[in-house]
Amino acid sequence: MIISPDFLLALIAGIAVAATPLVFAALGELVVEKAGVLNLGVEGMMVVGAIAGFAGAFQTGSYTVGFCAAMAAGALAALLFGVLTQILKSNQVAAGLALTIFGLGISALAGQGYSGKSTGTFPRFAGIDVLVVLAGVLAIAIHVFLYSARAGLVLRAVGENHDAAHNIGYPVVRVRMLALMFGGAMAGLGGAYLSLVQTPFWAERMTAGRGWIALALVVFATWRPGRVVAGAYLFGGISILQLHAQGMGLKVDAQALSMLPYLATIVVLVLMSRDTGQYKQQAPASLGQSFKAPR
Amino acid sequence: MTHSYEPARRIVLRAAATAILGLTLGTMTTANAVMAQGKTKVGFVYVGPIGDHGWSYQHHQGLEAVKKEFGDKVETTFVENVPEGPDAERVIEQLAQNGHNIIFTTSFGFMNPTIKVAARYPNVKFEHISGFKQADNVATANIRYYEGRYVAGVLAGKLSKSNTVGYIASFPIPEVVMGINAAYLGAKSVNPNIKFKVVWVSTWFDPGKESDAAKALIDQGADVLFQHTDSPAAMKLAEERGVMAVGQASNMQAFGKTAQITAIVNNWAPYYIPRVKAAMDGSWKTGDVWTGIKSGMLSMASYGPKVTPDAAKAADEAKAKIEGGYHVFTGPLAKQDGSEFLKAGAAISDKDLSGMNFYVHGIDGTLPK
Repeated sequence: MIISPDFLLALIAGIAVAATPLVFAALGELVVEKAGVLNLGVEGMMVVGAIAGFAGAFQTGSYTVGFCAAMAAGALAALLFGVLTQILKSNQVAAGLALTIFGLGISALAGQGYSGKSTGTFPRFAGIDVLVVLAGVLAIAIHVFLYSARAGLVLRAVGENHDAAHNIGYPVVRVRMLALMFGGAMAGLGGAYLSLVQTPFWAERMTAGRGWIALALVVFATWRPGRVVAGAYLFGGISILQLHAQGMGLKVDAQALSMLPYLATIVVLVLMSRDTGQYKQQAPASLGQSFKAPR
Repeated sequence: MTHSYEPARRIVLRAAATAILGLTLGTMTTANAVMAQGKTKVGFVYVGPIGDHGWSYQHHQGLEAVKKEFGDKVETTFVENVPEGPDAERVIEQLAQNGHNIIFTTSFGFMNPTIKVAARYPNVKFEHISGFKQADNVATANIRYYEGRYVAGVLAGKLSKSNTVGYIASFPIPEVVMGINAAYLGAKSVNPNIKFKVVWVSTWFDPGKESDAAKALIDQGADVLFQHTDSPAAMKLAEERGVMAVGQASNMQAFGKTAQITAIVNNWAPYYIPRVKAAMDGSWKTGDVWTGIKSGMLSMASYGPKVTPDAAKAADEAKAKIEGGYHVFTGPLAKQDGSEFLKAGAAISDKDLSGMNFYVHGIDGTLPK
C-alpha cells in the first residue's frame, strides 16, 4: 500500500462527503435547540428533504431546484412540528418522534415512482463539492449570528428563559417557529446531500439513522457550531478510516471498528466539554419546555 | 369456508386500523377489502420496502408472477417493511386471521414467528424463505446464491486488471461467508494472482455507508466490486469511478450501465407459482427446497459491456459445469489457516455449508466472529 497524494486527497474528500450531511442537520438542530425547542424529528426531516431534493432535481434537471425543494420540504415538516408544539403546546419529545415516523412514511409514499432512477454525478472540483464548502461557511455564519448579532442574542434569550424574553417584549413563539423552520431547511439540505451528492439516487430510509447522530452531536458538542463541525468530521473521518483499515487487512474485529466512530466521537466531545460550568452555560435553560404566554 | 360481507362501517374502521398499522409497521396493501368468493388468498410478508431494488423487490416480482399466472383466481396481499421480531408475528397472525390460504414470509428473522403462528392456524399453509425449521404446514425454501457468486467470481478473476477484488460484506453469517468464499474460489480458478479485500459494514442497508466502503475499496486499488448489502450505492459509485461491479439480488443495470458486469438475480416465480397452485388444488405438502442456477431460481443478468468474450466464455463454462452438478465447494480445499477441509474430489455437505464460518485458504484478513 503506497500512500500517494492522490490517495490522501481521495481520503479527505471521502471524509468530507461522509461528514457534510451531519454538519447541515446538526447545525440546524443547534439553532433550534438554542431557541429552546427540542425537535427529535431530524431523521424525519432529513428523509423528507432527501426525496424532495431528488424529485425536484430529477424532474427539472436542476440541482438548484432540487436543493430548494429539499429545504422547503424540510421547513414544511418543521412547520408542522411547530404548529403542534408551539401553538397547540403538545409534548415536544412525542411530537418529534412522531415527525420522524411520519417523515419516513410520507417519503416512502412520495418516492414510489423514483426508486430505480438516478441523477448524474454531482460536479466536484478536486474531489470537493460546493456544498462541503457551504456547510463550513454556514457554521461560521451561525456562530457569528448567535454570538455577535442582535437577532442571535434574542434567539438565545428565548431559549434561556422564555418568560423573561416574553416580558421584555420578544415574540417567543414567532422566534421559535422561525428557528424551527431554519432547522428543518438545514435537515432537508442534509437529506438532499445524501440523495443528490453522496449516493445520487432515492432509496427508502436512505438516511439510515444520520438524523439521530446529528442530534447527539449537538449535545456532545455543547451547542457550539465549531464543535459540531469538528464532531461531524471526526465521526466521518473515523467511519472512513475504519473501512480503509479493514481493506488493508488490519487484524481487529470488524464489529469493534464499526463501533469506533460512535465511541471516539462521544469520548472526544465529552472530554472537550468536561467543564460542567461551561456545559451549564451553553445548554439552553428552557430546552424542551412549552411556552404558554401568561394571560 | 364461510363468506361474509362486512358492513361499510366496519370496512372504514378496518381501513383506519390498517392505516395506523401502516404508519407504525409499514404499508399494508390489500387488493380488495371485501373477501371475494372462491379465491385463494395469498399473503406475502417482506422485510424491506418493495422499492429496495434488491431482496424484497425480487420477492414482489414473485407476487406479480403469481398474479399474472392465476389472474382473478387469487387475491394477493403484501406487507412491506416488517421488522424482524415480535411485530412480524402480529403481521403474520393478522394475515392468517384474515383468511389467507397461503402465506410467504420472506426473511430469515421471520422463522420463529412463522412457526409460532403456523401452530395456531393448522389449515393455513406457510412458506418460509431462508430458514431451516419446518412443520406440517410450514415449508422452507432458499436459493443457492453462492453458485451465482462463483460464476461472478470467474468474471471478476478474468476482468480485474489490478488483480484486486473489493467485497462489501454485511454480517459474518454463513450465508455471507459462503458467498465470499465462493466468489474467491471462482476468481482463483481462472486467476491465481487474484486478491480479495473484504470490508464489513455491519448493516444490510445504508446507502451512504455502502458507498463509503466502495470508495475505500476503489481507493485501495480494487477494480471489481462485490456486495452483500442491499442498496445499489456501490454499483452507482463503481459507475462514477469507471470500475466494475457485480449486482446483488436483482439487476442493478440502471445504476451501472457500463459498470455492471453481471448481477446475481433471485427469481422466486419458479417456486411461488407451483406452491400457490398446490395450495389451490389441495396437493400442498411441506418440504425444504434449496436450489440454484439449475432450477432457474437463480440467474445471472446479461453480461455488461466491459465483459470480454474470453471472460464471458469462462463464466458460461463455469455456469454449465454447475448446472451439470459440479459443487463449487469441492476439494481439495483448505481453510484460511491451511488446515485441510475437504479431500480431493469430495463435495461439502449441506450441513457444513449452512454453518460455514471460516475463510478458505488464500483470503486475507480476519473473519469477524
